[in-house]
Amino acid sequence: MNINATLIGQAIAFLLFIGFCMKYVWPPIMQALDDRKKKIADGLAAAERGKHEQELAEKRAQQVIHEAKEQANEIISQAQRRGNEIVDESKDSARVEGDRILTSAKAEIEQEANRAKDELRSQVGSVALAGAAKILGREIDDKAHTDLLEELVSRI
Amino acid sequence: MASETTITTSGYIKHHLQNLTFGEKQIESTTGTWSPTGEWGFASSAQEATQMGFWSINVDTMLLSILLGALMMWFFRGVAKTVSADVPTPVQNFAEMIIEFINNTVRGSFSGGKNELVAPLALTIFVWVFLMNLMDLIPVDLLPMAVAQGASALFGADPHHVYFKVVPSTDPNATMGMALVVFGLMLYYSFKIKGTAGFLAELSFEPFGKWALPINLVLETVTLLAKPFSLGLRLFGNMYAGEMVFILIATMYSASLVLGSLAGLLQIGWAIFHILIIMLQAFIFMVLTIVYIDMAHQHH
Repeated sequence: MNINATLIGQAIAFLLFIGFCMKYVWPPIMQALDDRKKKIADGLAAAERGKHEQELAEKRAQQVIHEAKEQANEIISQAQRRGNEIVDESKDSARVEGDRILTSAKAEIEQEANRAKDELRSQVGSVALAGAAKILGREIDDKAHTDLLEELVSRI
Repeated sequence: MASETTITTSGYIKHHLQNLTFGEKQIESTTGTWSPTGEWGFASSAQEATQMGFWSINVDTMLLSILLGALMMWFFRGVAKTVSADVPTPVQNFAEMIIEFINNTVRGSFSGGKNELVAPLALTIFVWVFLMNLMDLIPVDLLPMAVAQGASALFGADPHHVYFKVVPSTDPNATMGMALVVFGLMLYYSFKIKGTAGFLAELSFEPFGKWALPINLVLETVTLLAKPFSLGLRLFGNMYAGEMVFILIATMYSASLVLGSLAGLLQIGWAIFHILIIMLQAFIFMVLTIVYIDMAHQHH
């Protein structure tokens, strides 16, 4: 427990340790701690940025979906409209076709009727001729009266 | 330490409290006066160590404190060499934990602006003092016995007269040596920051104004000198007392079986409590150093 030169020795050792610590220990470790702090701060900032960007992307996606839905609706309504048009058109064309068929059928019927009339007329002539011949007997010259009858027939 | 027949409790305690002192050998004459022999060597008794005077050295204190300091610097230098800002290794993590703790303490207590010295100083003090105090937890007889037996085997020394004090901080030389360095730093920063005139004015004109200059000077000088003394002696006193309790507990082992088992319990209890003390004393030494150096930076 005597005070002796150990006091000085200890002081010198202490100074040397302080110097060593100040020069070779503290600065590099402190530097690393500061670097890490900065790294963490950067990382957090990047995460924040990423989050923000994700939000934007989500908003954009929502918008795209919305637009797509609108377009789809439009296409559907167009298609419906077009379908109605086609149905209307086919109705019209069917009506036209029907009319046409009707007309041609009528014409044919008329033609047929005319033809039957003609035939009938010609037969009426010959029947009338035959009837007249029977009524008049044999005096009637077949040949002379045929022209007359023809004229008669054409007038019917 | 001595053989069963010659050992006494007080002799045992005294033996444990004596440093291994190297200096000029002294010899006691029959009339009780001491005279130097001109030879240099280790003191073989407490009286001889005292008679060696100032120019002798406590080899055990120096050896252990430098060893512990080197261990500390080796550890931190190893970390500092491989330190990286990426994911830290467990060792780096441990060192960083200590350094963050010191850094926060320094930031909390030191307001003197940018100073490259204070934080490394605080780290050195905290870890070094802690390690020196930690030696207290080694069983009191283990190292002294080993050194005594080793010295007698290697150099033929009488093991009864080989002293070895394991805890450097129970040597006032060690604690006062550190306190002196702190005192020197306080004076350095006082002169540097306040200037010679400013520092002397602070000593002369406070606290009672310029008309009470002599009283101020006496008061302030005492205040100034009390700082290193209280710093060094607080650590020394606490560690010395703690070591003394360990030694006293150790004397109980040879008393009887009952006392011996009681001593075992006491030693465990005191050791657990002592963990707190060694930590706290290291911390107090560090914080007071920071505060003193901070005060040297303050303008009044």
